Amino acid sequence: MKVSLFITCVSDIIFSDVGKNTVEILERVGCEVDFPAAQTCCGQPAYNSGYVKEAKQAMKQMMQAFQDSEYVVGPSGSCVGMLKEYPAIFKDDPEWQEAAVDLANKSYEITQFLVEVLGVTDLGATFKGRVTYHPSCHMTRILGVKDAPQTLLRHVKGMEFIELPVKEDCCGFGGTFAVKNPEISQEMVKEKSQHVSETKAEYLVGADMGCLMNIGGRMRREGKNVKVVHITEILNSHEQGGGIA
Amino acid sequence: MSIKLGDRSYQERIETGIENDFMRDAVSSAQGRFRNGRITQAAELGDWEDWRQLGSEIRTHTLENLDYYLQQLSEQVAKRGGNVYFASTAEEANAYIEKVITEKNAKKIVKSKSMVTEEIGLNQQLEKMGAEVVESDLGEWILQLDEDPPSHIVTPALHKNKAQIRKTFAEKRGYNGSDSPEELAAFAREQLRKDFLSADVGITGCNFAVAESGAITLVTNEGNARMVTALPDTQITVMGMERIVPTWEDMEVLVSLLTRAAVGQKLTSYVTSYTGARLEGEIDGPEDYHLVIVDNGRSKILGTEFQSALHCIRCAACINVCPVYRHVGGHAYNSIYPGPIGAVLTPLLDGYEDHKELPYASSLCAACTEACPVKIPLHEQLIRHRQIIVEKEKKSPVTEKIMMKGFAQWASTPAAYKLSTKLARTALKPWTKEDTIKNGPGPLKGWTNVRDFPAPAKQSFRAWWKEREKGEINHDHS
Repeated sequence: MKVSLFITCVSDIIFSDVGKNTVEILERVGCEVDFPAAQTCCGQPAYNSGYVKEAKQAMKQMMQAFQDSEYVVGPSGSCVGMLKEYPAIFKDDPEWQEAAVDLANKSYEITQFLVEVLGVTDLGATFKGRVTYHPSCHMTRILGVKDAPQTLLRHVKGMEFIELPVKEDCCGFGGTFAVKNPEISQEMVKEKSQHVSETKAEYLVGADMGCLMNIGGRMRREGKNVKVVHITEILNSHEQGGGIA
Repeated sequence: MSIKLGDRSYQERIETGIENDFMRDAVSSAQGRFRNGRITQAAELGDWEDWRQLGSEIRTHTLENLDYYLQQLSEQVAKRGGNVYFASTAEEANAYIEKVITEKNAKKIVKSKSMVTEEIGLNQQLEKMGAEVVESDLGEWILQLDEDPPSHIVTPALHKNKAQIRKTFAEKRGYNGSDSPEELAAFAREQLRKDFLSADVGITGCNFAVAESGAITLVTNEGNARMVTALPDTQITVMGMERIVPTWEDMEVLVSLLTRAAVGQKLTSYVTSYTGARLEGEIDGPEDYHLVIVDNGRSKILGTEFQSALHCIRCAACINVCPVYRHVGGHAYNSIYPGPIGAVLTPLLDGYEDHKELPYASSLCAACTEACPVKIPLHEQLIRHRQIIVEKEKKSPVTEKIMMKGFAQWASTPAAYKLSTKLARTALKPWTKEDTIKNGPGPLKGWTNVRDFPAPAKQSFRAWWKEREKGEINHDHS
């Protein structure tokens, strides 16, 4: 199966290991992975701030970049969720509408793709450590993927899994919200950090680097040594993991 | 009071909210209770999503045929001896009610909880004309004694604790008991009983007006609405023009959704329905009955992409799950309608000028949209508000505009984007120490004031990919 990787700008520039792990996992389950180099950002920072015209320029770039792809798979529920909104955003634009629908239909978040499309639930991974999982808001509520990450995590050997209290609460990232409303965002991430501490986990796992960068950044500032890892790192691991944010 | 609570700046309101530890504890524990209650009750129904769908369809149908149902409602109310008045503005609504009160020569007015009367500032108007107005919902009564606005649309005094309430009762009403909730409630009950019996006019809001029968339905847990509607000889109902259901059957669906979504109850202790005035041959009902239907900006929302905001049945489920509300509290919104629904409705009803920050007071986590029993896409409407603020109202900051223009250029020019992936690490180097940025420049500052920012990777993903394609990195990872 041919799969195009949608790396997301955050992982391209800051967390490149997330991309490497995603590629390796996809290849291990038999996918032929390519990387359309014309891809940039999904447009969410502008779209969610109300700059629709500016967001559309990014979105058009993305539609062009992936026009020949069969499947588009990315390591972020939020960014893939944005691609899923393209049809609504371009509904009155006959020139782009078809491409928008096409891209939305063939795009998947990595765990969603593994479980829902390929039917893979066990990647044969081993990860030693005490782990908790933060289900990001856009992944669960906008993309509607609630079970796939945890289904995959359940099959990881050697891992002790602790449920995160009030896990469905937002971590306070919210893209530009974190910089536009820093006081409120701070209170939200403090609360999340507190909940993570309550689990006594050594690793916090998530499927969106935006949220993990926020929670991880706050926990580091508080001097906590919980390691923050993207789910692909665990799923691609055969021993104890590292921590990237 | 009107929709807007005061003149404090957004920043000041946010900071005051965050500093108020007591309020935040109270809100946080109430949110936990309401949320768990809602989830338990929804699960008990078994098919909550189907109920939501049905609720949403009833609301959509009603709003699409609002003219028809308003006509039917007013005919039914008139048939049952009631007077119907359509008020296009808050001023018109208040003037009509003042006229009724003057004609009745009424001195004392007793009210049950009503958000729309808060919205139009009715109490202040009536007090100006010298009438005594008594709120009979316990929360509202406490706030009235304390001259404090509501901070929540269902539990208005959520921000106050027992000790504060005891103090208020002692100072304003000579209470000398303890701060046990039972004793405080018993005191309020005794005080209010006198008011119920001596009031000349009863004013209520309206949870649902049933168009087919002209009946007004009120949902309460204290039974105070029943006292207000049963005792005074003159009755006035004030309703927002959208608070209407076509039939009793539709009302049953919406009441089921409302009580579960609002407080996690199958049904509230009281559901009161009443129709019109006492007709000839009838033994009960008021002498005089008036229904005041308030537009006050609602009809301008009809037919726009915000129409579904009028689906709202004021259950506060969105407020009860909102993490922003939890940390800043209701007063920070500076609106009678706080939380996510307030951030959507307030600029629609009262303009963007005084409320332009509200649509941004959300991380767009969509917990509100998920909780809404009538499926208002609240987070999407917040994004739409932001778009209007940027494109039509032109109220977004200049620096942000420049940044977003830059963003568009960057994200639509692969070469520029690629260059940035190469240069990001170097560009941030002056602020980077041990792969961490603690004091970021420009827009990063808001971020690094409260948390660390990671340094960009030594090698971008795309650079790694390119090397790998060239065969410089081993493909075999087994």
